[in-house]
Amino acid sequence: MITGFILRALEGKIVIAVGILLAVAIIVPALNLLTPPDSAFHIPTYVMALMGKYLCYALLALALDLVWGYCGILSLGHGAFFALGGYAMGMYLMRQIGSRGVYGNPDLPDFMVFLNWKELPWFWYGLDMFPFAMAMVLIVPGLLAFVFGWFAFRSRVNGVYLSIITQAMTYALMLAFFRNDMGFGGNNGLTDFKDILGFQVQAGGTRAVLFAMSAFMLALCLIVASAITRSKFGKVLVGVRDAESRVRFLGFRVENIKLFTFVVSAMFAGIAGALFVPQVGIINPGEFAPANSIEVVVWTAVGGRGTLIGPIIGAILVNAGKSFFTGAFPEFWLFALGGLFIAVTLFLPKGIVGTIQHGWNARKALKAAADAEKGRDAGAAPTVQQVQAAE
Amino acid sequence: MNTISETRTKSLLYLEDVSVSFDGFKAINSLSLVVEPGELRAIIGPNGAGKTTMMDIITGKTRPDTGKVIFEDTIDLTKKDEADIAQLGIGRKFQKPTVFESHTVWDNLELALNRSRGVFATLFYTLTAEDKARIEEILVTIRMTHRKDEYAANLSHGQKQWLEIGMLLAQEPKLLLVDEPVAGMTDAETAETAVLLREIAKTRSVVVVEHDMGFIRDLGVKVTCLAEGSVLAEGSIDFVSSDPKVIENYLGR
Repeated sequence: MITGFILRALEGKIVIAVGILLAVAIIVPALNLLTPPDSAFHIPTYVMALMGKYLCYALLALALDLVWGYCGILSLGHGAFFALGGYAMGMYLMRQIGSRGVYGNPDLPDFMVFLNWKELPWFWYGLDMFPFAMAMVLIVPGLLAFVFGWFAFRSRVNGVYLSIITQAMTYALMLAFFRNDMGFGGNNGLTDFKDILGFQVQAGGTRAVLFAMSAFMLALCLIVASAITRSKFGKVLVGVRDAESRVRFLGFRVENIKLFTFVVSAMFAGIAGALFVPQVGIINPGEFAPANSIEVVVWTAVGGRGTLIGPIIGAILVNAGKSFFTGAFPEFWLFALGGLFIAVTLFLPKGIVGTIQHGWNARKALKAAADAEKGRDAGAAPTVQQVQAAE
Repeated sequence: MNTISETRTKSLLYLEDVSVSFDGFKAINSLSLVVEPGELRAIIGPNGAGKTTMMDIITGKTRPDTGKVIFEDTIDLTKKDEADIAQLGIGRKFQKPTVFESHTVWDNLELALNRSRGVFATLFYTLTAEDKARIEEILVTIRMTHRKDEYAANLSHGQKQWLEIGMLLAQEPKLLLVDEPVAGMTDAETAETAVLLREIAKTRSVVVVEHDMGFIRDLGVKVTCLAEGSVLAEGSIDFVSSDPKVIENYLGR
């Protein structure tokens, strides 16, 4: 049953994408670690860190595609799930600092000592254990998505209204996390990390492993997303997007379908956040900013929603563009982003991958029609010219 | 009152004294209606007579303010939602053909098939030989075997209507509610739809809402005329269409 589910995921394009990601997971760290810095093939550490960041964003865009591209839920608050995953990882990393902090307190992170707290708040318990922290990376965003979705989908909040409350959700969380007495480091967030699983976060080898993990998790989530969307459930999902009432009157519980998808998507976003934090070295409430979530929507739209691979490409391209622009012409980046979104909405409503796919299918249909025509003219046996034409 | 309880014991669908109002407007006004098992029933009436609202009430989309809606003598439909009611065996075809446009004809039918509809059941679903045979059978009934791999978006209006009827068949309902099935169809398609509905009604009850009097004559079944939210007349098409109240309210003088 499970094998059938997973095997169904492995369609042509997905296999290629997974292959590329796994190759990247090996080759990039290898070129970073094994080649001398003056070699033409050497990938500097800062480039690898940048690429790792893009891969985390790509996973976030993939998560959004699952709910937006397939289920029609335009979430403008996916950054919240990303940030929560990031905070879970950040809390683990904070606890690993131990007594090496500025204040040298073995039990409390620096900011708590600074705030004159005497003991660790209960919600920090257990986060010094890696497996528990990793469970929290999935559970916290998943639980928030479950509670939020339970109420929203049951009350049949749809369309723009849902988008607005997801935006309000991430905004409210941002305000909450900014407060010092929430116990998450307030304005400054969590930073100054030392170790992960006993390895130095800043060390070249650790960075290489984190990069490889990012590519690997992206590949894994891509397979899971593909398996979901290619199952009968995935077809129901598209049905919910296109004709929700039809699905309801066929006897499906639309609220459960949406809830499941929303929770899975939130967990993907949480994983992305958890991989992001050790690579950039900080997590702060800014990650909850509504603008961040909207940027994810732009990446997904640029790449092509409802294609799984499109959002990955979109996230990498737009962020590479952002890195370039903010370096070369910093004042123009926001204009470029806005222009890009308008251009995509007007000229490429299916996004890059969606447009290519559409063109490809149209060409195939045209060729099939032409072949059928020729076949009728020439009779049953194909002629040499026909075979050549078909090729 | 004896007669009512008698009809109730053999009814498939039983509406008694149902009323619903929207912002003070009485869309349905103490409507009573009984559909027997295996019956094919036509419902006519002017615009705003409450035909679609009645379907909304039966399928759980709208809750009535007062009145009883009983399915199979025991099940109170006013306590259930759309998904429950669909699973009980009431299928509904919308006025505007509503199919999954980005799926193929085959996938549309596969989704509609009366199988376990839970999240995990659908995640791990694989097409069985039995399901395959059932879908092929429906394709034959709705005359669309040759278009099974076509995307529903590419179908003509009439074919979409049939596909939707096919999806309702796949749902294996005991009662089928069909809202204006021949709207926008050619005469040939209309005649064929009448044949199709009669065929379907052999094994289940069907309630058809329609404006097309020719089509209703083709069906040759009991007709209920609604106006202003309640039943105006009920009987054969000739009986109903000669009723002075029906002529005044609906057919026109």
